[in-house]
Amino acid sequence: MADIQVYKRTPAEQQLAQRRAKQSMRNQVMMFSLMIFLTIVSFSMVVAFEAEVAGFSKFFIIPMIMLFAAVQVGLQLYYFMHMSEKGHGIPQMFMYTGALLGFLIPLTFVTIVWW
Amino acid sequence: MSSVAQKKGFGATLWDWLTTVDHKKIGILYFLGGGFFFVLGGIEAMMIRWQLHIPNNDFVSAGLFNDLITMHGTTMIFLAAMPILFGFMNAIVPLQIGARDVAFPFINSLGFWMFFFGGLFLNISWLYGEVPDAGWTSYASLSLASQGHGVDFYAIGLQIAGGGTLMAGINFLVTIINMRAPGMTYMRMPLFTWTTFVASAMILFAFPPLTVGLFFLTFDRMFGGNFFNHTMGGNTIIWEHIFWIFGHPEVYILILPAFGIFSEIFSIFSRKRLFGYPSMVFATVLIGFLGFMVWAHHMFTVGLGPTANAIFAVATMAIAVPTGVKIFNWLLTMWGGSIKITTPMLYALGFIPSFVMGGVTGVMQGAAPLDYQLHDSYFIVAHFHYVIVGGVVLAILAATHLYWPKMFGTMLNETLGKVTFWFFFIGFHMTFLIQHWLGFWGMPRRVWTYMDGQGWNLANLISTIGAFMMAIGVIVLVINAIMTSVKNVKVANDPWGDGRTLEWAIESPPIYYNFHATPLVRGLDTVWIEKMEGNESGLTPAEPIKDIHMPNGSIIPLLMSFGLFIAGFGAMFRTEESWGLPVLIFGLLWTFVSMAARSLQDDTGYYIKKDEILRDLKRKGGQN
Repeated sequence: MADIQVYKRTPAEQQLAQRRAKQSMRNQVMMFSLMIFLTIVSFSMVVAFEAEVAGFSKFFIIPMIMLFAAVQVGLQLYYFMHMSEKGHGIPQMFMYTGALLGFLIPLTFVTIVWW
Repeated sequence: MSSVAQKKGFGATLWDWLTTVDHKKIGILYFLGGGFFFVLGGIEAMMIRWQLHIPNNDFVSAGLFNDLITMHGTTMIFLAAMPILFGFMNAIVPLQIGARDVAFPFINSLGFWMFFFGGLFLNISWLYGEVPDAGWTSYASLSLASQGHGVDFYAIGLQIAGGGTLMAGINFLVTIINMRAPGMTYMRMPLFTWTTFVASAMILFAFPPLTVGLFFLTFDRMFGGNFFNHTMGGNTIIWEHIFWIFGHPEVYILILPAFGIFSEIFSIFSRKRLFGYPSMVFATVLIGFLGFMVWAHHMFTVGLGPTANAIFAVATMAIAVPTGVKIFNWLLTMWGGSIKITTPMLYALGFIPSFVMGGVTGVMQGAAPLDYQLHDSYFIVAHFHYVIVGGVVLAILAATHLYWPKMFGTMLNETLGKVTFWFFFIGFHMTFLIQHWLGFWGMPRRVWTYMDGQGWNLANLISTIGAFMMAIGVIVLVINAIMTSVKNVKVANDPWGDGRTLEWAIESPPIYYNFHATPLVRGLDTVWIEKMEGNESGLTPAEPIKDIHMPNGSIIPLLMSFGLFIAGFGAMFRTEESWGLPVLIFGLLWTFVSMAARSLQDDTGYYIKKDEILRDLKRKGGQN
């Protein structure tokens, strides 16, 4: 079997790691509450539309919900799936390229196939 | 497992090849599998040319001619060009980056077997007697109307083969990102590795649209779907878009590794560092990106409207810029170099004018108004053969000579190699140059015969003679390969004498774990740097010799692919035979059981002991 190396952190490293973990935890809780808040806002907009509150037309609500959804996907990726941390450059590049190319297809279909 | 060569029976050798997960052996399997389909596609091409060599010929019927052109195109693109390139990538890229294997050896094997069974499925259509006949593009209105099972073979066969390609692409991406030797930064990767990387990224993004399109086609034809049926609210143009969203990147997936191979050849045989390496990398990435923005130039005459046509025309012409950068870099690599005209170099020299001609006609077609004149004429046939034969096939033949020693340990005969080149090169220009004029003179593509007295007779005859010269060239190559293998004269590490990258610093063919110790990479063309500094071996180890972890071979990839192969027949005959549905379910179940077997089995591979590596080293006199 290959040799197993045991690495011991120095006290300073240990402290730094703890501080980072604490910060990361705080960020996650904050982002989680933000996401719940966005979800509540989305639901209340739909309820407001159902109740025919003035100003809540579907031309306002649909783009807003789409926008909130995009923000939530971003938060999910960066804070809960750790994309904001180091060493994620390549996955990010591939995801953004893929999203761009994926976006092109519906764009073409909407502009020159269906209408 | 011992590394000492043992006499093995035929059965044991066969089992070894069927279960192998070694990238070098899978490379050879890809090479031989692709070579087999290349010969099949070539025979189809000869039949097409023989049918057209005189007017009003009745060598084949109109229906058989449709089968031939469809299968020629499909076979050459999906089953010959791509697998052979995958063969070289498998055999060479892990060596170039100093790795012991690809990242996922099991998936590598699965990718090969899926390609093989997909290709077999497609070609069984010849034995069954109902062959795909809607063109290699299989435009939906035609492919939906096609009688019999021909297009079903196309849809299911390509689905299976395409799955294999996608796996191979992902495997190379992960390998190149994660398994480079210490010191090999992105900007020190040899250009063949770079082009493999970009081509694999393109596979990752281009093959899912093909998968979706083929599923739509399968559902429309076999399961009562209506995606492309306009009478039921579908849209037949969607197939064209989906096909070309895949199909255009596909041609760059083919040509980029070809560019990589030629970059290696120019720099090896000019004995110079590749001129403008960073701009070559940039151009490769840019071509990969722009390749996704131009698909609608195949559809200018569909009626997309002037705005869409203009956008796609401009994007198309933009691709000429990075390609031009590459051409000039190759020319300047040779400039002032000490050039050795070997067979691979001869191919590289022939490639530049041929490919430039194909590129120039490409820009001509990119001009949308002119494309209305050229569309569906022989001009198009001439153009795409100029880029694919003049680019990809020349690269494949060049790499066959260049990497033959690294793959098989013997050297192809140089004289016969040059004979092959001249027959193939002259034959190629004779076949396709005149077809530009045939297009101008109004000959439409995909016609099975033509009337006398239209001025097309002589040109078609010249074209046919050229095609047979290409065939002679390929036959000479096959004879060369057989002779070389029979003689079996083993060669040293670097038979060309001027190798620059890591694969030339180790045995030909390399021992199954490639490197005794992972090498340290000190710059671009690391072996060249070491040699210039007096290190004869060309390698500096990055670590002491220690135990090496290796994967076990497995028969499961073959079984998984075979299940899909069976399921394909079930899907095809589901409605007309009572055994159709059970066979479909049985095949899928077979695949899932194989997958479960793989998941539940705890296979952690094995270790090669340090003593054994030292013994191997001693046997070779301490050399790599």
